[in-house]
Amino acid sequence: MTRSELISRVSQRYPELYQREVERVVTTIFDEIAGALARGDRVELRGFGAFSVKSRDARTGRNPRTGEPVDVEAKTVPFFKTGKQLRDRLNGHDGG
Amino acid sequence: MAGKTMTRAELAEAVYQEVGLSRNDSAALVETVLGEVSDALVDGETVKISSFGSFSVRQKGQRIGRNPKTGEEVPILPRRVLVFRPSHVLKDRINK
Repeated sequence: MTRSELISRVSQRYPELYQREVERVVTTIFDEIAGALARGDRVELRGFGAFSVKSRDARTGRNPRTGEPVDVEAKTVPFFKTGKQLRDRLNGHDGG
Repeated sequence: MAGKTMTRAELAEAVYQEVGLSRNDSAALVETVLGEVSDALVDGETVKISSFGSFSVRQKGQRIGRNPKTGEEVPILPRRVLVFRPSHVLKDRINK
């Protein structure tokens, strides 16, 4: 499912809304999550999951092709932990 | 990181501010968007949100785990897990 398919599936449930409104809703949601992570905040969506950021130290990596060592700078990476209800649903237990 | 935590309530408020729907509709739409993403994943679909990232479901085989407290061996049953891969756009935004 792509972003545009998500928009059309949500639109089908809200026939009274313009598709362009639903598009702005979807864009706003993911943009807000990205913005929170960029500020170093967490985003906790009970039942769905939690987004957070983790720091990675600088390290010496290796070019896998040549074996040559390369410096990898310290960085912050986004992380997602699946919520309990979704994890249960993925495994066939209906969490309601 | 002792940042703040964003929840559904703040996402709904952002949708309310950005899109101009009622507060009730904004909250319901946030729920519907998360619900559609969850349903697609439970059906085994990959969900790709451009410039944010993709969620996919991976099948894990059975393996032998260990109760860290007692050292006792326990089988970890085959299960489906959710994997989030952030897009480059999101990674770059977080490292700015």
